[in-house]
Amino acid sequence: MMRPCGIMAPLLNSPFAMPSTTLATLHPGESATVVAIHAEEALHQRLLALGFRSGRQIELIRKASFSGPLQVRIGTTDILLRRGEAAKITVCRV
Amino acid sequence: MKRIALLGMPNTGKSTLFNRLTGGAARVGNWPGITVELLSGKILLGGDMVEIIDLPGIYDLHGFSDDEQVVRHFLHDNVPDLALVILNATQIERQMSLLLQLKQLNMNLVVLLNMADEAKKYGITIDGRKMSELLGVPIFLLSGKYGTGYPEAQQAITKALRYPTPGMAEQLRSKLEQDTHIEAEMARVLKHAVQIPAQLPESLTEKLDRAMLHPWLGLPIFFAIMYLLFQGIFLLGQPLQTGIAGLFTWLREAALAPLLSGLPQALQGLLLDGIYNGFATVAAFVPLIVLFFLFMAMVEDSGYLSRAAFLMDALMARLGLDGRGFVMLLMGFGCNVPALMGTRVMRSRAMRLLTMLVIPFSLCSARLQVFVFITAALFSPKAAPVVLFSLYLFSFAAAILTALLFKSKFQSNEPFVLELPPYRFPTVYQIVMRGWLEIRHFLRRATKFIIAGVVLVWLLTNLPPSAAPAGSDTLAGMIGSFLQPIFAPIGINEQLTIALLFGFVAKEIVIGALAVIYGLTGAALSGALGLQLDWVQAYSFMLFTLIYMPCISAIATLRSESKNMGFTLFSIGWSLALAWLTSLAFYQGARALGY
Repeated sequence: MMRPCGIMAPLLNSPFAMPSTTLATLHPGESATVVAIHAEEALHQRLLALGFRSGRQIELIRKASFSGPLQVRIGTTDILLRRGEAAKITVCRV
Repeated sequence: MKRIALLGMPNTGKSTLFNRLTGGAARVGNWPGITVELLSGKILLGGDMVEIIDLPGIYDLHGFSDDEQVVRHFLHDNVPDLALVILNATQIERQMSLLLQLKQLNMNLVVLLNMADEAKKYGITIDGRKMSELLGVPIFLLSGKYGTGYPEAQQAITKALRYPTPGMAEQLRSKLEQDTHIEAEMARVLKHAVQIPAQLPESLTEKLDRAMLHPWLGLPIFFAIMYLLFQGIFLLGQPLQTGIAGLFTWLREAALAPLLSGLPQALQGLLLDGIYNGFATVAAFVPLIVLFFLFMAMVEDSGYLSRAAFLMDALMARLGLDGRGFVMLLMGFGCNVPALMGTRVMRSRAMRLLTMLVIPFSLCSARLQVFVFITAALFSPKAAPVVLFSLYLFSFAAAILTALLFKSKFQSNEPFVLELPPYRFPTVYQIVMRGWLEIRHFLRRATKFIIAGVVLVWLLTNLPPSAAPAGSDTLAGMIGSFLQPIFAPIGINEQLTIALLFGFVAKEIVIGALAVIYGLTGAALSGALGLQLDWVQAYSFMLFTLIYMPCISAIATLRSESKNMGFTLFSIGWSLALAWLTSLAFYQGARALGY
């Protein structure tokens, strides 16, 4: 999972290559780019329909307390999803 | 008759638009190829009657959720002459995929870009003409909220209907692989016709959410809102109810009783003590119910329910449910039936069944009528709202307990992914419309169940003719004393037992039945109950009423939605057992403490 991503990714040993991570590890206010979605067919389809496509920029707005869901923003759409689902989405911090 | 199908994603204002187009005159109907019921309405368009069908909101025509399959099967077996596609203009960049999917089916399309007013506020400019040109379909911008843009759209719909229906492609499924093509075309159209600012201006929604969804303040704010809401309904609704009940009593004494005095004694009794008393008692609750639904409509249309789902999901996950289940519970406060039907959004059957098992414990507006009447009769004006609120807490507790007990039987790994709409302030039109629909719904129930119910109660309490009305020799008295061994330990007397029996049909009948049993209405009935019962008995009665099966419609819905008689019977049996045990624990506990 921790392979490098971002525009500097081809230069594997470049200090500018950022490690990829999952949506669940972002902090409120951070933005990232969607790299890949590792979800089963039905969830994958639904995430695609909601705008989760590789390359799209995504912002984490807030996390609910007691390990509750996350609120993320893609374009003009705000979406709620659980941390478990967010962990299936690989992103690259911007 | 030509047929128009209304299509769009969820949260596009599709249903509002449907109500506006049909003027609220919609009916529920069955369609070939699908098992669920859909709303449809007939309207006059360009001199012809046209039927409009409101299809469920879907994200993806090629998806596999219940709703998506319903839409596909409907289109397949009931090819419409025109598909009216509603898109949310503020989310145009991702909603267009659905439009392009529909376009690929070679359907006759007219597109309405709804919420144009909101898009403008976000600084999104949409060139409708250009987009129409690029896509080759008529496109209209409109605001369902303010009602602008309708005349042009209606003209276009009328015009589009005149063309013959193009051959509807049957190979819906084979189009699945063309998603890449859709993406490319989306990008092309968006690039040429839509401009979206890179950074959206901070909206009121964001400012509000900072408080409403605050990590620490969010939940207290939520509970405060709920408490104030129910307080408000009680404080405003209860005097209205008393006033109207007084009006009905006056009408009976001043006009109806003298008018009917020439009729035989038994017929007079049936008309006045049976039908009139029963109906008047129930009808007195109409303002309370309208008030309740107006409040609910404001909360529902404002977008706050999705926030509630966000706040409560962590707790709900521990109960084997999710945030949407909590929203359904809240919707159930209005009426359990639509809440049960709302569980269709869940794909996992196990989670859907568990949610359906807890929804009947939601204190619906019909039960609210019973509680408002009894708390007003037995408790001081200061204590009554607190008592009412405690019943809401019991309602949640019953739901939580049920979920905890049965979650291992209904395990699922349903993903929780939900859209968060911006806050919207409902317009007066939307609120009035909603109130009117509720009154009509109530009157329908009144003619269907309530009149029949109170007549039956009257017959049971007056037959055989030799017995004293409502005495122990009547049929009702016999049933009551037969069931006494079960109900005596929870402090419920014979008269209340009869009322509970009729509560199975509809909770609206409970107070109406008491009115018929005691032969009294309004204040006189409250007085009689106050003399006969103490608060422990009354509260035990209310607990039982709260927890046992809501009504025959809810049972029927449970049966049709679960498609499983065993599950339905289990739900009825469990609610009866829980109701009896809760009332027993409360009644015996309170008595043991010396109350």
